[in-house]
Amino acid sequence: MNKLKKYAASRSGRDTLLSFGIVIVAFVVVQALVLTGSISSSMKGLLVPICAYIIMAVSLNLTVGILGELSLGHAGFMSVGAFSGIVVTTSLADTIPSGVVRLILAIIVGAICAAIAGVIVGVPVLRLKGDYLAIVTLAFGEIIKNIINVLYIGKDASGLHFSILEQKFTLDETGSMIINGPMGVSGVEKLSSFVSGFILILITLFIILNLINSRSGRAIMAVRDNKIAADSIGISTTHYKLMAFVISAAFAGMAGALYAMNYSTITAAKFDFNTSILILVFVVLGGLGNIWGSIIAATLLTLLPELLRAVNSYRMLIYAILLIAMMLFNNSPLKQRILEKRGMKQMEKAERSGKEGA
Amino acid sequence: MKKSLSMLLAGLMLVGTLAGCGGGETASNDNAGADESSTASGAAFKIGGTSPLTGDAAIYGNAVARGAQIAADEINAEGGIQIELKFEDDENNTEKAVNAYNNLKDWGMQLSLGSVTSKPCEAISTDINTDRIFALTPSASSVATTEGKDNVFQMCFADPNQGTASADYISEQKLGSKIAIIWKNDDVYSTGIHDKFVAEAQAKGLEIVSETTFTDASATDFSVQLNDAKSKGADLIFLPMYYTPASLILTQANSMGYAPKFFGVDGMDGILTVENFDTSLAEGVMLLTPFNADATDDKTVAFVEKYKEEYGEVPNQFAADAYDCIYAYAQALEAAGATPDMSNEELCDAMIEQFTSMTFNGLTGENMTWDTTGAVSKSPKGMVIENGAYVGM
Repeated sequence: MNKLKKYAASRSGRDTLLSFGIVIVAFVVVQALVLTGSISSSMKGLLVPICAYIIMAVSLNLTVGILGELSLGHAGFMSVGAFSGIVVTTSLADTIPSGVVRLILAIIVGAICAAIAGVIVGVPVLRLKGDYLAIVTLAFGEIIKNIINVLYIGKDASGLHFSILEQKFTLDETGSMIINGPMGVSGVEKLSSFVSGFILILITLFIILNLINSRSGRAIMAVRDNKIAADSIGISTTHYKLMAFVISAAFAGMAGALYAMNYSTITAAKFDFNTSILILVFVVLGGLGNIWGSIIAATLLTLLPELLRAVNSYRMLIYAILLIAMMLFNNSPLKQRILEKRGMKQMEKAERSGKEGA
Repeated sequence: MKKSLSMLLAGLMLVGTLAGCGGGETASNDNAGADESSTASGAAFKIGGTSPLTGDAAIYGNAVARGAQIAADEINAEGGIQIELKFEDDENNTEKAVNAYNNLKDWGMQLSLGSVTSKPCEAISTDINTDRIFALTPSASSVATTEGKDNVFQMCFADPNQGTASADYISEQKLGSKIAIIWKNDDVYSTGIHDKFVAEAQAKGLEIVSETTFTDASATDFSVQLNDAKSKGADLIFLPMYYTPASLILTQANSMGYAPKFFGVDGMDGILTVENFDTSLAEGVMLLTPFNADATDDKTVAFVEKYKEEYGEVPNQFAADAYDCIYAYAQALEAAGATPDMSNEELCDAMIEQFTSMTFNGLTGENMTWDTTGAVSKSPKGMVIENGAYVGM
């Protein structure tokens, strides 16, 4: 118990407990509501997208908050995960009847494909700094979108067929198109569930929080705080930058697969610049480097437009005003004062516990 | 520890309020349901639809919402069947469409108008099918919308029918010998028509000399596409698209001194209402559309007048399709002897039976029938724009 107390008193420990606490408590409450049938269908429909957005926000926080590099192409990796996941579930539909197994496979393949895309994008991009890096990630996000937009994948008795730009293959009578160019995918089996989303969030939190508190995590933060100093003490900046970027991409791929399996149809156009920005808004609003903040921000901002449906045409206006208000609060002296107070108290507490220890 | 505990509690509270919202909504719905069954005789059928009321497809979404509202008001005024209509905004986005649909379900929707645009309608049609709510979409024309779903029906032509009909029309009327196609390849509507047009054109021996594409992102400059068509000597350009890009194509073709014939489909309807567009450029443009706002029959005249009076503009084909949807529902409900206290499953079965057997006369066609796939059979009218108005060909 004492150990736990000490752990909870440390900054990283508090963040970890808080992140897991929020997710688990929210899951238990919502699951109870679902099982007793006292949740509206609009809320129920939002559960999986919220899970996917939380994973997206937490993973982007690794790049933006912990690594300190602004990435504007995160939706691109989500898209890679979504489409590779769909190819896996559709092509294995006959061999593996179990939906859960196929979902797990899809998420794993989605993560691997997105990680590969992360390496391809990361190697050239991470040589840049600041604004330049942001602009190039934006470009890569658009490139991924446009490549998937001209991708044709079909399946028939003889296996998978691929072509680019136009459909250059013909399928036999048993065949069907999986990805049909700009028309995207239609007729996806809905395999995602709230439980799978919850488990995926736990895995994401476990890996990312452990990474942050590990030796590698401290190296990544050292690169963020001062690249030259990090270089001088022998930290390979390229290695750690790429590591954070690729892990972040892999989780985005997982989120993409989860998201895609929740809708019967999906197009590449969904994962555009706007989606990247939306996720960046979650991260910035939740606080850079603050994992539980990202979780709450992603949940709130996904729910908000739906809760505001009652006010109809003023919906977007109120959404924007609330966003501005929240951002202002984030930078306000009021919040500063609250934080300072908290810091002071913690210092006192640390002193006291130090004395007690002595 | 105390601090973290309090934060945890705050998180809990947050979840609590959210869950409270959810719970509250269902509770109020339950009440609504109870009210309804107790006053069944005076209650109304709840018809809901998702439509892009905001965003770049808002022009279609609003037209549908308005057209449907006019029909519902007329039917309610007559006193027989009562209809309560509700549209939720889907921003032409599949994710929002599913959210909007779930919202309508919470409201107690018994019959659905699907969605206005194709991709969102595809996304919700799977849910519509599992939830057993009957849907009649005014304008989502892609085949995937109705494919494999016995309870999703269309009021508009399915895309392939339009492509085939256009090619037939061009070859029968000998409108052109060398045909160019400009189509939007990230749009289900445009791609669907294009594919069938090409297949039918080959069967009819039409020569297609140029096929060029554009996407949402490149829908502002068409000089490449037009130059390609011009250099290959096309004398007819087929434009399977909505009217906003089509108006740009007409303007740019004019500025480069290229004057082939233009042939459009039902999405072209509305080109005369585009702001800052010189309508004289649209002279001689041919299009296939089921609805003509200048028609002189009583029904159309009355509808157009009412629409102009309430919203200050000439209704397009989308409004007319939505208007027909509501009337088709009214006719089917009456024939089935349905009452508003029936559950959506019962209504769904009754509607499937009615729609596959009934004949409907509306603004967008006479003697419409539906087959079991949900596709409508009605004949498109060939129109040509002369002196700023549609004239039948």
